[in-house]
Amino acid sequence: MMKSTIGSQLTVPCTLLLLLFMLTFLCAPAAFSATDEETEDKAPGITMADQATKEKKLWITTDHSRLKELQKDFRSGPEVTQACLTCHTEAADQFHKTIHWTWEAYTDDKGRVFGKGGDSINNFCVSADRMQDKGCLNCHPGWGTKTEVVNCLNCHGQKSINWEESFEDLEAFAGSQDPDEKGIADEIRGNIQAAVQAVVRPERQNCGACHFKGGGGDGVKHGDLDTSLTKPNKALDVHMGSDGQNFECTRCHTTTLHNIAGRVYTKPAATDRKSLIEDDLTTKITCESCHSSTPHKSDSKANDHTDKVACQSCHIPEFARVNPTKMSWDWSQAGRTKDGKPYMTEDEFGKHDYMSIKGQMKWAKNVKPEYFWYNGSISSVTAKDPIDPGQIVQVSHPLGSRNDANARIFPFKVHRGRQPYDKVNKTLLGPMLSGPDGYWTTLDWNHALTVGNAALGIPFSGEFDFVDTTYVFPITHMVAPKENVVACNECHTRDNSRLASLAGFYMPGRDQFSLLDSFGWILVLGHLLGVAIHGLTRMFTNGRKEGK
Amino acid sequence: MSVKKMITMYLYTRYERFWHWLQMVLIFVLLLTGFEVHGTFPFLGFDEAVDVHNTVGLTWLVAFAFFMFWVFTTGEWKQYIPTTKKMFQVVRYYSYGIFRGESHPVPKRKEAKHNPLQRLVYLSLAAFLLPVQMASGFLYWGYNSWKAWGIDWLTLDTLAFIHTAGAFAILCFIIVHVYMTTTGHTVTAHVKAMITGWEDVEEGEVQEWEKAGTKQPAA
Repeated sequence: MMKSTIGSQLTVPCTLLLLLFMLTFLCAPAAFSATDEETEDKAPGITMADQATKEKKLWITTDHSRLKELQKDFRSGPEVTQACLTCHTEAADQFHKTIHWTWEAYTDDKGRVFGKGGDSINNFCVSADRMQDKGCLNCHPGWGTKTEVVNCLNCHGQKSINWEESFEDLEAFAGSQDPDEKGIADEIRGNIQAAVQAVVRPERQNCGACHFKGGGGDGVKHGDLDTSLTKPNKALDVHMGSDGQNFECTRCHTTTLHNIAGRVYTKPAATDRKSLIEDDLTTKITCESCHSSTPHKSDSKANDHTDKVACQSCHIPEFARVNPTKMSWDWSQAGRTKDGKPYMTEDEFGKHDYMSIKGQMKWAKNVKPEYFWYNGSISSVTAKDPIDPGQIVQVSHPLGSRNDANARIFPFKVHRGRQPYDKVNKTLLGPMLSGPDGYWTTLDWNHALTVGNAALGIPFSGEFDFVDTTYVFPITHMVAPKENVVACNECHTRDNSRLASLAGFYMPGRDQFSLLDSFGWILVLGHLLGVAIHGLTRMFTNGRKEGK
Repeated sequence: MSVKKMITMYLYTRYERFWHWLQMVLIFVLLLTGFEVHGTFPFLGFDEAVDVHNTVGLTWLVAFAFFMFWVFTTGEWKQYIPTTKKMFQVVRYYSYGIFRGESHPVPKRKEAKHNPLQRLVYLSLAAFLLPVQMASGFLYWGYNSWKAWGIDWLTLDTLAFIHTAGAFAILCFIIVHVYMTTTGHTVTAHVKAMITGWEDVEEGEVQEWEKAGTKQPAA
């Protein structure tokens, strides 16, 4: 008897101690992580990236301003190119094979040529009409709108001048005997030489000259690329911010034989999610390249998301955070005139929301992305593909599904359009816009569509109407500082979840079984009611008993 | 019905009481954070709620293992053996006799703490509902390892359904359980017993079949 009493007296405190120990142990990670944040130690993903991008000072062994070849009296663009090629003998051949020059991505087995120089269609200016819509060629890396010779300085020139105008003016004044005009000629010659000699590796303004202004103006197309990224602060882009890492575009968009890494529109998808530490030249750049696939602190739930959710989905809460971007473009409204003349109106951002030559447009700032499963490939409808005009045509749309191991939930800007299609052939049409036959001059759809599709080499029946379309841009720039990431409950919430449109899987906080929930709460209320009635009955009847 | 004499009896050992209140706190926190994660109401914030729910859930799992150890090593498991004897009387008591001030047909004793109804309810709870809730919770917590564990044929829908249904069942149990504490000879008698270990019980004989073991209360 005595023995067993001592035994149980000891058992109880021991068990208590064990339980306490266990509790402390389980609570420990949370406690430690709290102190971690106070001392601002870095998440492993940041440390990895710091290592991958440790300042790699690239040195230069040539001062281009001292090269004899660049001190000539240049009279035309092609002469400048010739000078470049005297040393860089293979550069033009390499460049001619890249998509930057051909504007053609690839040709599929059905003979469809993908790329803006081919059969591809978008819902902005629709088609480059096989390079015959000269308005598009401002961005082609040749001289002016000519496509014969590469203008190396588009990408490698630090000083941007209007080459066509400069050469024309020089031509006009160079032969003059008038000392004033001679002076002007010397000044132009000096400007040209200075621009030719200011050779650099591509800087932000070089890439941005086209990519910030895709679609013919600042921020028209991408939403995550506009002139605000020429000199961004860290709040706009943690990588490019001049008060932070200050990355050039080329820090991530690495190059092999003038092929720039990072194109995400077409096949194939990035299957190699490998580290830049292993290989600085992966063909497609992913965040994992530097940050690893488990970038957050080891006890962070966020690490459990990286197999299904792209980094961008949380780390880019909104795009177009400084400059507005175009969200929709209704071509069917084009052609209205005031007093017989084309006109335009401006919106709150000072952007054109109506233009007779373009139609109705909508701009927006601080836009929340839309989210889709995305495996790195985007399907697109070309001018040759049949469409169903009864539905919204997805001119471009991300590929991938929840069952695709390579697919992640990825943020997109969706640009909504309304654009012409052929009512008989059931294809999207590529109107000619610029030039004397273009819609912008004539406001005549039939003529513009006839000329445009002729340039594309695709038949046009002569009967057209407008169809609603969507076009997507993956959002991957404008990565926000970690304080501004998308909070858990912006997706894990019943109402207005960012991922409300993604179906086919159960997401805690967003999803419920309404029947179970209703039944459950009815049951809970029933029990409450039951005990209430029981309790009240006891109160009344017990009173009666005492009276007995 | 004659008035029976009251005797004071040591019913619950220190560990038992500690376990009871620890489990109460754990389940309370789990219900609160669980329903927040479910999207029923905002409280700590989703991410905080998930963290707390996970930590407390795992704690419960380990603590429950200790409880199982205690139940089997002390022979207390015999208190949970279900029976139909006197079941009718107990049901009749709670639905009728209690209103007439009758005595409980199965008075508590150290070696027979649970009446037949309690035996059934607590057995279902300890042997079925709580283990199901803990197992489904543990699997939910390990969602990202399903492939490694070879159970990726499971879907989160199914698991979430079971776990949510379990939560409702536990919530319903608590409502009745808390209410039942007021049915002692005074409203707080049962609660007091679970705090101090001592309860005033009406004198009476415990039948042999009811006895859990021969252990005497530890002083």
